[in-house]
Amino acid sequence: MNKETITVALTGNPNAGKTTIFNHITGTRQHVGNWPGVTVEKKVGDVVHNGHRLRVVDLPGTYSLTAYSIEEIVARRFLVDAKPDVVVDIVDASNLERNLYLATQLIEMGVKLILALNMADVAETRGHQIDADSLGGLLGVPVVFTVGTRNQGIKELLDKVVEVVEDRDTVSRHIHISYGHEFEKEIKKIQDVIWQDPSIGERFSTRWLAVKLLENDEAARDRVRSLGEIGAGILAQAEASRERLAEFYQDDPEMVLTDQRYGFIGGALKEVLRVTSVSKFDLSRQVDLVLTNRILGFPIFIFFIWAMFQLTFTLGAYPMEWIDLGVGWIGTLATQLMPAGLLQDLLVNGIIAGVGSVIIFLPNILILFFCIALFEDTGYLARAAFIMDRVMHIIGLHGKSFIPLLMGFGCNAPAIMATRTLESERDRLLSILINPLMSCSARLPVYILLAGTFFGASAGNVIFSIYALGIALAIVMGKLFSVTLFRGEIAPFVMELPPYRAPTLKSLLIHMWDRGQIFLRKMSGVILIGSIMVWVLGSFPRGSDMPRGEVVERGVTSSTQQRVLIVTESRQPMVPLAPENNPRNPAQDNERARLERSFLGQLGHLVRPIFAPLGFDWRTSVAVLTGFVAKEIVVSTLGVLYAAGADVTEQSEALRRSLRASGMTPLGAYTLMAFVLIYIPCLATVAVIRRETNSWKWTGFSIGYSLVLAWIVSFVIYQGGRFLGLA
Amino acid sequence: MMPLSEFREGERGVIASLSGSAAFRKRLKEMGFIKGSEVFVEKYAPLRDPIELVIKGYHVSLRVGEAAQIMMEKLEQEST
Repeated sequence: MNKETITVALTGNPNAGKTTIFNHITGTRQHVGNWPGVTVEKKVGDVVHNGHRLRVVDLPGTYSLTAYSIEEIVARRFLVDAKPDVVVDIVDASNLERNLYLATQLIEMGVKLILALNMADVAETRGHQIDADSLGGLLGVPVVFTVGTRNQGIKELLDKVVEVVEDRDTVSRHIHISYGHEFEKEIKKIQDVIWQDPSIGERFSTRWLAVKLLENDEAARDRVRSLGEIGAGILAQAEASRERLAEFYQDDPEMVLTDQRYGFIGGALKEVLRVTSVSKFDLSRQVDLVLTNRILGFPIFIFFIWAMFQLTFTLGAYPMEWIDLGVGWIGTLATQLMPAGLLQDLLVNGIIAGVGSVIIFLPNILILFFCIALFEDTGYLARAAFIMDRVMHIIGLHGKSFIPLLMGFGCNAPAIMATRTLESERDRLLSILINPLMSCSARLPVYILLAGTFFGASAGNVIFSIYALGIALAIVMGKLFSVTLFRGEIAPFVMELPPYRAPTLKSLLIHMWDRGQIFLRKMSGVILIGSIMVWVLGSFPRGSDMPRGEVVERGVTSSTQQRVLIVTESRQPMVPLAPENNPRNPAQDNERARLERSFLGQLGHLVRPIFAPLGFDWRTSVAVLTGFVAKEIVVSTLGVLYAAGADVTEQSEALRRSLRASGMTPLGAYTLMAFVLIYIPCLATVAVIRRETNSWKWTGFSIGYSLVLAWIVSFVIYQGGRFLGLA
Repeated sequence: MMPLSEFREGERGVIASLSGSAAFRKRLKEMGFIKGSEVFVEKYAPLRDPIELVIKGYHVSLRVGEAAQIMMEKLEQEST
């Protein structure tokens, strides 16, 4: 036994403290990934307990195991197919009745089960006295008390896991939850058909399968259907039984079964639960009266969001600056250590600059997720959803979608990662798809340059109108997607509002580090490839007149200087400007000619016909193409191409003069701003979308729809404007 | 009998019946909205939707449109 790894699955209702217990068991030895094919998070941790190797799998928190939500499907599939050695059901002891509903389903599946009565301390203060021995006896399941927040009972729980696996536990026995005479008769009939093929009984509990078929459970029916002839027989019997029961009870059998389970739980609780002194004072309730107060609720919410924004982007700007200096230093070091040439150029201007442009977001991500973990662990996130739901529901979204969307104004990459707080797959995808329409701070330099150049005193209003355009489009697209792509999947807003709790620092830090790790590990791959691609496009073909020595000169140093300048000016997160677009004088004309000859320049000419109806010339087209890496690069590309030199910022007078001289009109500038607003924000966002949707299909859709939308909106603005004589 | 959505803050009642789609009713039942269960209306959100309820000792929110599908038997106010 000692040699074999014991698989332990953790199940439990949301808010029952499952994650805290998982963190205590595994500490930092946990891997966070996704369940295959879905966006649901999978956490696995390996530990050794008294010489036994345990692999602990944290299943998604669910209230039930109906194939109702993607989380339930994932959890159930794991329990049925992966057959964990033990299942630990984390139960909120202060909320026993509803929490035991899941336990009844686990008992029915015939898994080896342990109940962990968590938050035993809360139950005690509420005057709930639970007779654990009687409860265990009634359910045939060993019961352990735990206090996750204080790390109590974890060792006993793991001891029990080993005991149960080794069949040394005396409480474990298989019980049947009786559903009454009528049901039992039909269950027996279905079981009789199932037993015609003994191999089925080896894989599943036949009683569980029979009950699931009576519930008309789609996943169970699919399984049975795949069994061929015998499957058809089973389904026919199940159908007949369902009809009989429906007639007898005048209701769907699945509804009656749910009532029966609660009936069973109610009966058991009468024997094991005694509620003594009910304390009238409930601190959580008093706190909530203020936080969701009709008048104070919104101002408090806005204050918290503001504080989160400030922490993430203002405080985050300092470490970002250090990282930027560090990346610049490494680039300079590489430039000095390596001989000038193609390889050096690739390393310094392609890889270091490209990866550096992503690592720079790490402080934002860590701070933001610390704040979100704080909201989540204290229970405030559910309240934020509660007060915002009315507003978000207008565009077919859940109240919880508000925070990720708002964070998009800072940076879309962490904002899209924040959609993990949403329970339903539908809400998550919808929020991811419209998130890039929240104009992130990296787009601001482009607006400042163009609006400042062409709109003078009314630049502020013009920029505001671009932000408003983004929000309006998000509402329209949200509505459009929810009635087309995600039709009929709207989940009811049955959301638990858990009591407020004090969070533990450990849990907050683990949560924060999880996100940081995911970001660094998974992002770097896509970003690396993307950066190298753009470098190749911008650097080849290399003309023979390309002066070799120049490579050093237009190295990372100049881009770093410029970045620091921008950071200190606007305190916004910026990625370093791609150095290949960012030469230092005196080679300016040379650089412009080279870029025009490069694949990127050729591509710009190639796509010009597409952009011509929007009034973009080839230079603007190239700028838009390079902006795919990061939006602020649009500024430096325009700088190179409009011959103002690349050491420009959005404030540069020289660039403004040449832009005005180039024949660009205010209408053309506004069109470009709209285009920059709408099309896919940056490579980092693409990488995050890929990671969070776990699907290239949705990633491709996100890129595709944003490009099409950007083109259409820009076309309407440009051609409409010309029609009205604005050009 | 009256729908839960017409209850005011601080009122309580007992669930008489559920309507709506099978998936919706099943979900509610699994969360403890069983016939005969007592429901207390804790409060409405600042924008009057959704609504916060206490059932089986825990707090849960429902949209008003969803609460309209739950028929209730009203209970007399307890003095608290």
